[in-house]
Amino acid sequence: MVPSDLRYTTDHEWVRVDGDTATVGITEFAAGQLGDVVFVDLPSAGTKLDQFGTFGVVESVKAVSDLYAPLSGEVAEANADLGTKPELVNSDPYGAGWMIRIRLGDAAQVASLLEPDAYEKLTAGG
Amino acid sequence: MTDSGPGGASADAEHLHTTALLDVHRALGARLIEFGGWLMPVQYAGIREEHRAVRERAGLFDLSHMGELFVEGGDAGDALAAAVVTDPRSLAVGRAQYSMITAPDGGIIDDLIVYRLGPERFMVVANAGNAATVSDTLVERLAGWKAVLDDRSLATSLVAIQGPRSVEILRPLTTVDLDALRYYAIAEGDVAGIPAHVARTGYTGEDGFELFVEWGKGPATWDALMAAGQDAGIAPIGLGARDTLRLEAGMPLYGNELDRGTNPFEAGLGRVVKLDKPGDFVGRAALERAKRAGPDKRLVGLVVTGRGIARHGYPVDAGERRTGIVTSGTQSPTLGKPIAMAYVQPADGEPGTILDVEIRDQRVDAEVVPLPFYKRAR
Repeated sequence: MVPSDLRYTTDHEWVRVDGDTATVGITEFAAGQLGDVVFVDLPSAGTKLDQFGTFGVVESVKAVSDLYAPLSGEVAEANADLGTKPELVNSDPYGAGWMIRIRLGDAAQVASLLEPDAYEKLTAGG
Repeated sequence: MTDSGPGGASADAEHLHTTALLDVHRALGARLIEFGGWLMPVQYAGIREEHRAVRERAGLFDLSHMGELFVEGGDAGDALAAAVVTDPRSLAVGRAQYSMITAPDGGIIDDLIVYRLGPERFMVVANAGNAATVSDTLVERLAGWKAVLDDRSLATSLVAIQGPRSVEILRPLTTVDLDALRYYAIAEGDVAGIPAHVARTGYTGEDGFELFVEWGKGPATWDALMAAGQDAGIAPIGLGARDTLRLEAGMPLYGNELDRGTNPFEAGLGRVVKLDKPGDFVGRAALERAKRAGPDKRLVGLVVTGRGIARHGYPVDAGERRTGIVTSGTQSPTLGKPIAMAYVQPADGEPGTILDVEIRDQRVDAEVVPLPFYKRAR
């Protein structure tokens, strides 16, 4: 059900690793749980991130949730479209709703992320 | 309610009251949360979609968690007048008033709607989380009067239909003459053959009705309205959209804008307090003093003009000086911008004043605006 080419965190972020960069967003499950996303606060390029540290905030009408960096590194780019169209997080969580690209500090950390089937199990019955 | 997002606590049904409509909500795919000791639907299709349905068409609410307290007897009017800040004796039969019950120090125990059902019969509707306290307090305050309280909270289902198309949906179902039923009025009749009290009241800023029926008739009442409203685009509405609707309408929520540490004058509800009514009432002396002295804080509307959404509990500053705190805040679905209510020092509460809300350690500009944020066209 979840895309098979991505890795996941227990905090419901997804990661697409491509060489020494990784694209990060939140999963469809997370977006569904949050409801209508109305605001996304993302770090600017150059911000240093620690694995599992907070990198931003996503807000729905009702709830505020922290975003956690799946991997250490430096922010290469944040998705500027989310400034005016935060609803992309709901409508296309794995595509146009991506949040940041990270220039990886330690590619070995990728091994600590969940495989698709493990993430699928995590959200089963959720 | 706090974060119901990823990893959020799921409601533990075993220790909570449930309404007669629980299975209906589950079948509709509602997400359920704890609210005021009850397991209640917070959303079905999504808050924004539900919000829009009520503003543009009609929405159906299960409000069976609210408390219905019936007060009856030869002294019922006098006894209630001594127990709450309004004068229920001034109500004609079939009319209602917004009211509050305060502690002797003037602090708000709950906000209420008092309906006059008969010359010696009233129904007091209290918030779910306060219903037991209000019931106990009223019983104490009725002592010595020829009046008795019958707490029918767990014997009454309350279904509300709200939105511009409510009248046309309800009209063919009910024996009550809706055209004669004014705002803040109540009448007895049938709805889909079910005996009901039909009130033209609500908490959304739209026209609409609240239907009080016997507990077990809740699902049948709901089903009849849902079926009758299909063509008009009726939708089930959870507590999430109920909150954004009432906030746009500038209506206070107990626990946010109102609490024991707040008196009605501070909440901008001084007009509700009838200091000139005959006879004493609990809180009178303190409320007279509060009115004379002027409020220590003032409830204001804020529109956040900077980046971010103000939420309950966020500090509000005037320059470098802390002036107050946000009581409720959200992204307004109707206005498309972040709105909030906040208590600030009275001098900082004039519309047009620019204040700062502290959002995650950042100071974000917000402008004081008159309440409500939204008013329906009549």
